Amino acid sequence: MVHVLADTPPRLLSAYGLFVDGSTQQPAEGVVPYDLNTPLFSDYADKLRFVYIPAGQVATYHDRDVFSFPVGTVLVKTFAYPDGPRWNLIETRLLIHKARGWIALPYIWNADQSEAVLKKAGGRVEVTVPLADGPVQISYKVPNVNQCKGCHIRNDVMEPIGPKARNLNRTFEGRDDLPNQLTHWQAIGYLAGVPDWPPSAPDWDDPSTGTLDARARAYLDVNCAHCHQPGSPGDTSGLYLEYWRHDATATGIWKRPVAAGRGSGGLDFAIDPGHPDRSIMIFRMESQDPGIMMPEAGRSLVHTEGVALLREWITNLAKSQASSP
Amino acid sequence: MCRHVRLLVIGAVGLAWASPALADMLISVAPGEGAQDRLQEALIEIAPGGTIELLDGIYELTDGLSLDVDEVRILGKGKYRTVLSFNGQLAGSEGLLVTSDGVSLFDFAIENAKGDGVKAKDVNALRLGNLRVEWTNGPDEKNGAYGLYPVGSTNVLIEGCLVIGASDAGIYVGQSEHIVIRNNMARDNVAGFEIENSYFADVYNNVAINNTGGFLVFDLPDLPKQGGHHVRLFENVAINNNTPNFAPAGNIVASVPQGLGVMIMANRDVEVFNNIIIGNQTVGISVGSYVEETTDESYYPHPKRIHVHDNSFSNNGYQPMGALGQQASLIAGGPLPDMVWDGLLPVAYGGEQVPREDWIFFSNNKGDNGAASFIDLNFATMVVAHMMGDVDFVPTPSRDIQPHIGSLPALPAVHLDLK
Repeated sequence: MVHVLADTPPRLLSAYGLFVDGSTQQPAEGVVPYDLNTPLFSDYADKLRFVYIPAGQVATYHDRDVFSFPVGTVLVKTFAYPDGPRWNLIETRLLIHKARGWIALPYIWNADQSEAVLKKAGGRVEVTVPLADGPVQISYKVPNVNQCKGCHIRNDVMEPIGPKARNLNRTFEGRDDLPNQLTHWQAIGYLAGVPDWPPSAPDWDDPSTGTLDARARAYLDVNCAHCHQPGSPGDTSGLYLEYWRHDATATGIWKRPVAAGRGSGGLDFAIDPGHPDRSIMIFRMESQDPGIMMPEAGRSLVHTEGVALLREWITNLAKSQASSP
Repeated sequence: MCRHVRLLVIGAVGLAWASPALADMLISVAPGEGAQDRLQEALIEIAPGGTIELLDGIYELTDGLSLDVDEVRILGKGKYRTVLSFNGQLAGSEGLLVTSDGVSLFDFAIENAKGDGVKAKDVNALRLGNLRVEWTNGPDEKNGAYGLYPVGSTNVLIEGCLVIGASDAGIYVGQSEHIVIRNNMARDNVAGFEIENSYFADVYNNVAINNTGGFLVFDLPDLPKQGGHHVRLFENVAINNNTPNFAPAGNIVASVPQGLGVMIMANRDVEVFNNIIIGNQTVGISVGSYVEETTDESYYPHPKRIHVHDNSFSNNGYQPMGALGQQASLIAGGPLPDMVWDGLLPVAYGGEQVPREDWIFFSNNKGDNGAASFIDLNFATMVVAHMMGDVDFVPTPSRDIQPHIGSLPALPAVHLDLK
């Protein structure tokens, strides 16, 4: 591995030595693939995630927060769409833990998939997204480094979001022949302090992994809480959507909008139990208007399946909520 | 204000930068082909203390811009000469987002942002000067919500700015401390100026004209920062704010009746003085409590220590509009006076009597017939009646201003630490 801690990031992704073959995303030694119980929605892109921790270093386990990774850690996330038997690689984002803190770098793949080039200002890529109903042409937005900070920030400090116990607590790709990821990371010396019974969050899309309520909360946790938590960009709304938060108003139930502007959609509450069509949350998640849509960044399409889950959840909330705030 | 810009190498049209003496770093960005990428790159590459120079012309932008470097100045050529146009904006919930400290934005315009114009979150020492934020199609509910939007910030100075057409507030400061807003104009917005959940704000020498409501000062529950206090509103003009409310319903601003000059809601230690409040068809100034239900036990919904004095009122309240305007008009039996207090008291909810030193005073205000006119809508009696099941109860108002004659100590001037 070279250039991980150099001051000037390399222009070409291949310089890092993360992949034996970038175009097939075959990782190099020590670059460990992983995935999450519930991933963030990014215009239906598939994401290939990898973690590299320098030899002799170890990440510290936390029950609720993202793990503490040592300086020199690289978190890798390649966004791709299936293209017949291959991947159509769009971008690879790196989160590198430097001595002065985490930095984020977006690399955009070329058309023949031979190389990805650093584009700090991000960019737009015309992409055909193969949806169930038929392909859709989108202008896929690769974020600029400021926009990385727009989500990966808490209390003024940049940090990763994905690698949390509850979301890693699974086997890679759900495979029976592989060990639990938390167990595996500990076994290979990447992680220390994993307890006997770490918390788990369900797969939003698999009812066998959790209740409707748990799956909806997991979806909101992963798609929203990186901004909608104290200390992060959405915190002035008072709407906090971490998986474990219990306060009804803070999690949106009968909560009035603050500075939503058009985002309120003429509606009164973030969540109106029993009434998804009267819930601002659904209105904003179904919007593609930059002044209205939620999440604010990271998607251009509506995640119809995710919204359907939340609609079902809100419809059934009345049965479990008290009848008044 | 002083702007010391030491110009080093500039070069021709396009992206050029000076030698890397960091605090002197100057990047000049011209409009034209590729403006989005060149300008965003400049905002990323600029060194702390550096200056980004914008030139004459229209910058066609497709995405929101963001700045996260401290002590940077972005200088245009003037609010009608340097235009950041977001007509073709595809993504980004504001035109420009600032998340770093010590930033100055001067002399340019932001047009037709899909969301907010300029947002600054969690910043310290922000200067916004001689900016124009405008939605050029006039009042429209599809316009972005806020023109200038510092939130969760400290030491904010907004001066010489013009905001037109915001579907919520033209100049909005939320959950912030130590704020000076002066010499600005807001027109054709729903709310001209909004001070929300903030502490220590001086709002003076501004004009709010042709908005739905001119100046709004209020405090909301269930937010990380609340208990707004120490706001001075003085030497402003609130004139003809009779534009129909074009805000999307659901937001608190959607309940602002057209024709509202000044509104003070919840908040404590507010001094409103030496303002000219003219031609607002619902009311000149209204002072009242937050009346929505909330479970927030730390929230105090009533205004406290409010001092409205030495203002000049003329021709207000002649045709009250909106649900609030109509309700007040029903109680008043017709047009509304210059100054309205809703008469809600904590004692109506089983709270304590308000002591004299925490009271609401209207003193020495001038109106068309000598003294400014006043009404107390006596909502306290309505609350009690509703609790007893009489939902049709209409309170009997009082036009006696005597109980509200008095004064409070003048509030201190706000000091900003802008370094």
